[in-house]
Amino acid sequence: MASSDTPNLLEIQNLSVEYKTRRGIARGVDSIFLNLPDNKTLGLAGESGCGKSTLGRAIMQQVAYPGRIVEGDIFFNLKEDIHYKEQILEKGKINLLELKPDEIRTIRGQEIAYIFQDPMTSLNPMATIGTHFIEIMKAHDPEITEEAALERAGEILDSLGILPERVSDYPHQFSGGMRQRVMIGLGLVLRPSLLIADEPTTSLDVIVEAQILEEIAELKDEFDLTMMLITHNLGVLAQTADNIAIMYTGRIMELSPTVDLFEDPLHPYAQALLQSVPDVTHPEKKLSWIPGAPPDLIDPIPGCMYNPRCPHAMEICKEVVPPLLENKNGRLVACHLYTEEK
Amino acid sequence: MTLIEVKNVKKYFPVQQGFLDSLTSKESRFVRAVDDISFTIEKGEVLGLAGESGSGKTTTGRLCVRLLKPTEGEIIYDGQDIAKLSGKKLRLLRRRLQFTFQDPTSSLNPRLKIGDAIADALRLQGIGTKVERRERSEETLELVGLSPASSFYDRLPHQLSGGQKQRVVFGRAIILKPEFIVTDEPVAMVDVSIKAQILDLMTELKKSLDLTYLFISHDLATARHVCDRIAIMYLGRIIELADKDRIYEDPLHPYAVGLMNAIPIPNPKSKKAEAVPRGEIPSPIDPPSGCRFHPRCPKAFDKCSVEEPELKDMGDGRYVACHLY
Repeated sequence: MASSDTPNLLEIQNLSVEYKTRRGIARGVDSIFLNLPDNKTLGLAGESGCGKSTLGRAIMQQVAYPGRIVEGDIFFNLKEDIHYKEQILEKGKINLLELKPDEIRTIRGQEIAYIFQDPMTSLNPMATIGTHFIEIMKAHDPEITEEAALERAGEILDSLGILPERVSDYPHQFSGGMRQRVMIGLGLVLRPSLLIADEPTTSLDVIVEAQILEEIAELKDEFDLTMMLITHNLGVLAQTADNIAIMYTGRIMELSPTVDLFEDPLHPYAQALLQSVPDVTHPEKKLSWIPGAPPDLIDPIPGCMYNPRCPHAMEICKEVVPPLLENKNGRLVACHLYTEEK
Repeated sequence: MTLIEVKNVKKYFPVQQGFLDSLTSKESRFVRAVDDISFTIEKGEVLGLAGESGSGKTTTGRLCVRLLKPTEGEIIYDGQDIAKLSGKKLRLLRRRLQFTFQDPTSSLNPRLKIGDAIADALRLQGIGTKVERRERSEETLELVGLSPASSFYDRLPHQLSGGQKQRVVFGRAIILKPEFIVTDEPVAMVDVSIKAQILDLMTELKKSLDLTYLFISHDLATARHVCDRIAIMYLGRIIELADKDRIYEDPLHPYAVGLMNAIPIPNPKSKKAEAVPRGEIPSPIDPPSGCRFHPRCPKAFDKCSVEEPELKDMGDGRYVACHLY
């Protein structure tokens, strides 16, 4: 973002991910440019199928089959040299997409951690929580002893409100919220600098959700984390994110500081989306909904993908894809309504 | 006018025992999913049933339409106790009480045309001829906004969007012209941009068919937009029941207060969640003694761990089960 002078931890440039299916090729992520400033939380929001998870996984280079990164660069600012297998990854700006498999494996976990949506299926039911921690830590540091690993595990679980002695328990002995805490602990145990959390609280109840969001916020300070929070819940983002990117059909429609987005959304899609969010403090709010459905990504429409559902659609919207441009307040929006303003 | 009155209803599910336990004839244990609840639903109102997973809200909903048989207690519907009905009488009752399930995708048969899926309710009740049933089904499709019906009738569930599937589910519930519908998390599985669409549909159907709803939801923000009164459940008990504005603006029970504090507010300038209860909902197999919330309650005192508070009428149409009041 132009409004902040903090250096970027992550710079995504012209990234596209394609899914090859029997019916044809779907572009899950379409030429995305996105910067993550250091120590900030970026919220990634949008409806199901908008490509928010694909984008998150592309950063880890773990796009699910048959997805494939077809173009682009992802620059990551490595703050310290990383030693692995008697080799060194030097600090500085590196392109994640040009790393060798060994190198990206080192980055995963150690520099970038990913928390998956479903804590029920992300843990191995046959292994104790401690084993999970030992496995991760040994993968990155074969020298570490089991005792040391378990001690680290105990510390981090403790900060998440789980008794350290529970490392010898199995996943089924934990509730959903506890399992998600374990997942967060596993993500943070190697002290990464970037945490990508994909719907971390979606399957949880409101009270547990609030507890976990609070714990994540505390850990963010403690570990100096930069975060990418992927969720469809705009209420959660309002309370946690510094900036929010709204995605639709694999493209970023708007990227604004959280307060600006909620006060004055620019993109018609962002406006409609916010208008559909129930607000418990404003029972009089008339909820609206967006008619129609997102276009089929295998058969994309020309111009702005939102044009068939957009109340402000003009001729140009059906022909030209609006670029994501910065407006005079430093906010980014991809809409022809604002291209004149520039 | 009271449409349905639930009186001291309990539903216990036996816990399956291991073979060895059954040999040593250990006492059988129960999940006390619903443990002595009472409430009424007025004709034409929308009563919300909120709470966390495991609080017993879905079980309560299923008991109200007799998809489950209560272990104890009475359910008075239209002057008649339906708690113990069975056989033909129960089947006839089904015409008047309907239930919609949470996940529209898994509650529709993927190989059954949606028109037939809706008409099936008539077939099971032995109403009309095949031709008449098709006609009624088409009328119903129009009513739930799947129009023109002729183009939708022959579609299969996978050819519909999530919102349209939810419309089919509602179509199936209303074709028998029921008076009362229990709807279990109708918008939990749909995207936020079409949530309001389903809620609008519910409101329209309520007006045109003179319906009464029991709206089960863990999403309190949505519940506030649709319900007239809200009951909050915790571990099989109702802990507070009140008019929606009162319960949101001035909740009395400490659990209700915590729940309200935990709702994420889509406004970055509003205060962050404060004072959220610690810990998680315990197991309903051996619920805590006394008030079930006392181990997590910030205001608990001696009495709370010993004596279970009754759901007390506070006079102004509000009920609360807490020793503080």
